[in-house]
Amino acid sequence: MNEPVVVDAKGLSCPQPILETRKALSKVEEGTVEVLVDTVTSRENVARFARNKGWNVTLEDHGDWHKVILTR
Amino acid sequence: MAIFVAKMLINSMSRKGVCSKLKGVDDLLMSRMGPIITGGIVGALAALLVKWGNPGNMGICVACFTRDIAGALGLHHAAVVQYLRPEIAGFILGSFISALLSGEYLPRTGSSPLIRFFLGFFAMIGALVFLGCPWRAYLRLAGGDWNAIPGIMGLITGIVLGIVFLWKGYNLGRAYEVKKGAGYIMPAAAVLLLVMVILKPTFGAGGTAGPIFFSEKGPGAMYAPFAIALGVGLLVGWLAQRSRFCTVGAIRDLVMLRDPHLFNGVVAFIIMAFVTNFVLGQFNPGFEGQPVAHTNSLWNFMGMVLAGLAFTLAGGCPGRQFIMSGEGDGDSAVFVIGMLVGAGFAHNFSLASSPSGPGAFGPAATIAGILFCLTVGFLMQDKFE
Repeated sequence: MNEPVVVDAKGLSCPQPILETRKALSKVEEGTVEVLVDTVTSRENVARFARNKGWNVTLEDHGDWHKVILTR
Repeated sequence: MAIFVAKMLINSMSRKGVCSKLKGVDDLLMSRMGPIITGGIVGALAALLVKWGNPGNMGICVACFTRDIAGALGLHHAAVVQYLRPEIAGFILGSFISALLSGEYLPRTGSSPLIRFFLGFFAMIGALVFLGCPWRAYLRLAGGDWNAIPGIMGLITGIVLGIVFLWKGYNLGRAYEVKKGAGYIMPAAAVLLLVMVILKPTFGAGGTAGPIFFSEKGPGAMYAPFAIALGVGLLVGWLAQRSRFCTVGAIRDLVMLRDPHLFNGVVAFIIMAFVTNFVLGQFNPGFEGQPVAHTNSLWNFMGMVLAGLAFTLAGGCPGRQFIMSGEGDGDSAVFVIGMLVGAGFAHNFSLASSPSGPGAFGPAATIAGILFCLTVGFLMQDKFE
């Protein structure tokens, strides 16, 4: 199984986390992409964007940051 | 301290079963319906605020209200636009309380704050050339002021220009978490503004020379009762914090990502403001004689090109910047301070428009602002790291 692609979008303001996620998804046809963010707003935005693109979304809360796991 | 109080509040509400009801409302605001509910309520309230005393088509105008606050604090001397608008303090405090209760209070800063200051500065100049921020542009449209149409076209143009830079890798870098206390400055400033609007301190000769100035005529002398204005501000702050309502992000996400999530909120905002205006007899279609507006389409357009571009490069509309400053975002707070200083310059240097047309140096300042934003958009791309 391939290693997940990790996108570190912590500290980036709107809409950068989505743009970074979009860039990563464009290079991965299927597999796992993990997006790290530090605000709930970014977590929601990335999750909504990925769902709209047909990816399955799982959320992990790590206290002061969040992991949005995208699989397809 | 504030976090401790928030936890006490949550514990107290849990015991009374209030939390589960609030959770349902919160889930709704965080859902796809959130921006629509927020937009609808805020649109109706904005029209009602005019009925309750605010200037025409200016129930809520984040730029104009910030300009009024700048005047009240003596940062400019345009006597007709000086008032400490409680709505703005309410935005910050509503967002602050909401962020504390939801666990989203996160003090952070460090994403090119000086650039954000000048983006706020020039966004304000653009807004005052048009005579309104994006919120008021939509409200002017909903009140029948057709001069808003070139303004909104300019806003869209500015946002699209910003999107071009975003596609090319523009960003202002990362923000970093800072100590909790760093986020208390804006809420504390909001409380101070409320205290001053109540006490109206005047230290000068005869009690008339400031430091806090209040208009005796003009738009600054038109305001809703304090409690109503503050109540609406708090409500808007809470709703917008939960739903992420943003009048610039709405167009940006629609154009750039084909995502109508926020745009639906703006549509609801315009529709509800229009319906409420119509019912209240406040819908007066036309170009001439509109309240706090001029008919120069070119500079209505250009002013909002500048505002739209600056707001997009900064990541959100002025309302959103105030809301984020309440959540602890120090970079948004710097943007807001830039707006406040920009308002002072706009009136001190004849940049702001008046109902008779653009100010003497407004067009030149608009061009300078657009050039500044284009330079920022070009230089702050990843390829120049």
